[in-house]
Amino acid sequence: MRYEAPKTLEQAIALLAGANGQAKVLAGGTDVLIQLRSNRAAPDLLVDIKAIPEMKSIVADAGGYRVGAAVTCMELIENETFARAWPGVVDGVKYIGSVQVKGRATMGGNLCNASPAADSVPALIAAGAVAQIAGPQGRREAPVEDVVLGPGRTSLAPGELVVSFVLPRRAPHSGDAYLRFTPRTEMDIAVTGAAVNLTLDGKGVCSSARVSLGAVAARALLVPAAAAALVGTKVDEAALARLAAAASAACKPIDDKRGTKEYRIKVAGVLARRAAKIALERARGQG
Amino acid sequence: MPTTLKYQEKDLKLVGTRPPRPDGVDKVTGRARFGADYNLPGQLIGKVLRSPHAHARIKSIDTAAALALPGVKAVVTRDDFAEMPDEMAAVGELMINFRDVTRNMMAREKALYDGHPVAAVAAVSESVARAALALIKVEFEVLPHVIDVVEAMQPGAPLLHEDQFTVGVKPKPERPSNIAKRLEFGRGDVAAGFAQAEVIVEREFNTKPVHQGYIEPQACLASYSADGQAELWTSTQGHFVFRAQCAKVLQMEVSKIRVTPTEIGGGFGGKNNIYNEALAIALSRKSNRPVKMVMTREEVFRGTGPTPGANVKVKLGCTRDGRITAAQAELNFQAGAFPGSPVNQASMCAFTRYDLANVQVVGNDVTVNRPKVAAYRAPGAPIAVFGVESVVDEMAKKLGIDPIEFRLKNAAKEGTQTYYGPRLGPIGYIQTLEAARAHAHYRAPLGPNQGRGVATGFWFNIGNETTCALNLQEDGTLTLMLGTIDVAGGSRAAMAMMVAEELGIEFERVRPVVGDTAALGFNFLTAGSRSTFASGMASVIAARQVIEKLRARVAKIREVPLEAVAWKDGQARPAEGGGAQFAPMTLAEIAKMAGKTGGTIAGHAEINAQGAGPGFGTHIVDVEVDRETGWIRILRYTVVQDVGKAIHPAYVEGQLQGGAAQGIGWALNEEYFYGDDGVLQNPGFLDYRMPVASDLPYIDTVIVEVPNPNHPYGVRGCGEVPIIAPMAAIANAVENAIGLRLFAQPFSPPRVLKAIEDAAAARD
Amino acid sequence: MSRNHVSTTVNGDRVEFLCETGQTLLEALRDELRLTGTKEGCGTGDCGACSVTVDGRLVCACLMLAVEAEGKAIQTIEGMAAGEALHPLQKKFIEHAALQCGICTPGILIAARALLERNPDPSESEVRYWLAGNLCRCTGYHKIVDAVLDAAREMRGA
Repeated sequence: MRYEAPKTLEQAIALLAGANGQAKVLAGGTDVLIQLRSNRAAPDLLVDIKAIPEMKSIVADAGGYRVGAAVTCMELIENETFARAWPGVVDGVKYIGSVQVKGRATMGGNLCNASPAADSVPALIAAGAVAQIAGPQGRREAPVEDVVLGPGRTSLAPGELVVSFVLPRRAPHSGDAYLRFTPRTEMDIAVTGAAVNLTLDGKGVCSSARVSLGAVAARALLVPAAAAALVGTKVDEAALARLAAAASAACKPIDDKRGTKEYRIKVAGVLARRAAKIALERARGQG
Repeated sequence: MPTTLKYQEKDLKLVGTRPPRPDGVDKVTGRARFGADYNLPGQLIGKVLRSPHAHARIKSIDTAAALALPGVKAVVTRDDFAEMPDEMAAVGELMINFRDVTRNMMAREKALYDGHPVAAVAAVSESVARAALALIKVEFEVLPHVIDVVEAMQPGAPLLHEDQFTVGVKPKPERPSNIAKRLEFGRGDVAAGFAQAEVIVEREFNTKPVHQGYIEPQACLASYSADGQAELWTSTQGHFVFRAQCAKVLQMEVSKIRVTPTEIGGGFGGKNNIYNEALAIALSRKSNRPVKMVMTREEVFRGTGPTPGANVKVKLGCTRDGRITAAQAELNFQAGAFPGSPVNQASMCAFTRYDLANVQVVGNDVTVNRPKVAAYRAPGAPIAVFGVESVVDEMAKKLGIDPIEFRLKNAAKEGTQTYYGPRLGPIGYIQTLEAARAHAHYRAPLGPNQGRGVATGFWFNIGNETTCALNLQEDGTLTLMLGTIDVAGGSRAAMAMMVAEELGIEFERVRPVVGDTAALGFNFLTAGSRSTFASGMASVIAARQVIEKLRARVAKIREVPLEAVAWKDGQARPAEGGGAQFAPMTLAEIAKMAGKTGGTIAGHAEINAQGAGPGFGTHIVDVEVDRETGWIRILRYTVVQDVGKAIHPAYVEGQLQGGAAQGIGWALNEEYFYGDDGVLQNPGFLDYRMPVASDLPYIDTVIVEVPNPNHPYGVRGCGEVPIIAPMAAIANAVENAIGLRLFAQPFSPPRVLKAIEDAAAARD
Repeated sequence: MSRNHVSTTVNGDRVEFLCETGQTLLEALRDELRLTGTKEGCGTGDCGACSVTVDGRLVCACLMLAVEAEGKAIQTIEGMAAGEALHPLQKKFIEHAALQCGICTPGILIAARALLERNPDPSESEVRYWLAGNLCRCTGYHKIVDAVLDAAREMRGA
């Protein structure tokens, strides 16, 4: 197995294209190294993209943000202006493993590893983030909810990689939040995760919302019906109850060693409601 | 030489204080060497091929391709190890049969669990060793398997051992069974007792296997030389026992194996048995080079012993005013692939906290297709006590009696006859109950969905064979050579403190060292909470011997009668009324002259320590239950325990806190997940969920000291009692919080939520 | 197979070693550089026993390839004391009996130092959540938390 650390995106793309499908992108490595050890992955070439400047930067861009796909979780958490704009995205990133893991792990890796339980994905989807993709055929973009197809599978073409995430400009009175359920307070894979992003109008009525659920289907779900339960309401108890019901109804979970189907369906509704309450508080606090 | 010393109350200068431990600096700087930190020039890396099947006959093993791989220097299989006789030996608090020891180390006829070793290789690097494993061809005939204890007990269940007939059943059964042994303890007449009872509570509980969870995987390094001698460095709780086990399975003389214990990164009973050690020696013998074998975490879970899972039935009968009239339990314990679960110990500990006239405990030791169980801190007791203390709690609530009051009404005390044999000497159970009741925790207010639970634990503690040597060096300092492993890092300090106390000198002048097997006579393992008790006893005996020799030497040097010499505060002084005056001599002065006046002054002890004092504890826990998710948060935890005498209170507190934390993990989230194929699905710390720092609150400790009359300082073992009560205490707290009793461990959120929903549905 | 040559800095010293591409930083530290103070507890980033810092960032050495150390500055437990002068955290751990078997101790000390460098006055809860990536099976974390808070106090000069 060879290791290369290209300094430009063009070099990285060329290396991936030249490896005939036998190369793996190495960002934080917190998933890839485990796969290498357990022989679930045996690539001929590792392409370390951490030396590529545009993948490592966080840039305020036209009121929104462009976050490099290889920015580490800790770097994102420590970026105070980003955290003020998108606390829900930061919530998700904070849940990825330990401080040690967050010192290496990246949102790009968290997305492209394509685990249905990935913690940063639901909040990115709820935020309306768009993945900036580059490959041998050039650049393109895709909403984050379209990048993962199922466990371990993405819609990236051979040789493509996610370069950055673009988050839109934040309207006033907006707030987002992500909650997940795990048996321990830290260090577990999400049993269920829920992200809510909402915007209030001048009268405190929800004018737009996006709701995304994690770990309850083959990939993170965008749940329009759940968002619809909030739009046009003051996010009162009745709206929250409809939100919870819509969230539970959207789940297509499995039984596994982390939770049962029934448990995930029930708790998805509970978390969606709780996340919406936090998002509401944050929206009310934002001038 | 005395073999036991009775308790003597006296003014203490050092015992009971908190000096820094002698190995502390090495451990905080990374200098301390654990099992995997040892290396020898020219060493090979050894790796084990493990069965991927839960149950399979091994038809053939072809190692030719592996041996031919460049860099592979040796391969071993069952053909390299002799058949072992049917012979029992004590290992910590569990008994083992050497027939099973060799088979667990390397499968012979069958693979009996996912992870069972089938072959091992030694190669020049880890990657070559792993490649070699992939080249070994094993022909398995896969058989049906059974992992649930109740299923395994049914006639017609897949059978692990065709020649296993249940021991303890008369007449001997005609058909073999997975039930290896049935045992029974009791006294009085339970039928009559239940007939007298005005209230009866009868419940069934189920628990899953949990792993000791030591952070350091097993690691060893073996070096066999052409003259038939082997050196072994290994992370172990008992280097003498490991030497004995290796010698037996390798058919070597005991004196030909020298085992050096490394620092140990946690054991809790799980490092009482050999796993890779004899394989490493055999590979070294075959390859003529040292062989290092370090387990991965996955191997630790698939191949080393957990504690059993179990099915427990408990029945309790009481009068209306709260006196227990009868107590009965059935304990069905998984032993794993070979017999020898701690169902014995569990039976002894189930009801011993109570003064009972009518008791019956029946235990079944059942083989199932899982790794062979190993001891885990108070083996078996937490499981039995989960059932018993839950039923006690339910009974107290039914009768409207405070849970501590109920236990006080029935408490065992000095003179109580146990149902498994001995009569209890002075004990501190009642004192721990009273201290718990008086503690501020017991009165603190509780909020919504919060509840409080109490539970108690007992462990008998052990003594056993122990040796030590105490040498006075030329400059007046001493080296205390110990044979018991210092698993938790407190006992080295405790022994040195007792010796320094005896001699009346500063703690720093006694250097405790754990020697290798060549340094001392046989020492039993560090298990059964024995080391401060037994090694402490031996150390004190050795110290008193040294004092006698010092007195005699000073008498000679100063030319006065022996009776004229007293030892006080680190000096030889004229005894009051001793009839002679002389200039006192310090330890350093005597030591300087020792060589010329007769030789080095030393003391030693070789004992089988008897009279270990049982330990009792009372726990209080507050929980909060999230009714919507089934999540249990531990809000507050208090451990009250009688330790006889806390030689070094900080390390005693550490035992209480650590044991409670393990019990909490056991209660909340720890379990093994198996697929339908009998393969372990969570062999790692991601999905085997031990408590992390943010899962636990501070754990308050209250040390009660009712001296053990059979130890010079009153020491009782303290390490095991604290793991016993948490499961029941938490179950009792949950019941107090939301009116729901949990009967299946762990109390993971999906289980708890389901129980909440089922209870709500039943009400509607 | 050919091995990779890596030049890096460990505890302030320039070092070089050879390694296979698939070898982790943890393996290189322990097996090539013989710095065995950093421990392997799980190999999958779930226990924190292998904690080191890389360019000041707290990471698990088992989740980094040895080749990724090229040009970086790594700090391990062996560099924590200044000769005989122990770091306040190390002193407080001994004082508070915040270690029993000691296998998790190097990782926890490295992690705790990283915390106090960022946050010199953490709350009990902040200490617990920061150390959630460091498993300890012996102590129940009680005395560890006390030792970290006490070291923080001393380092603040409070």
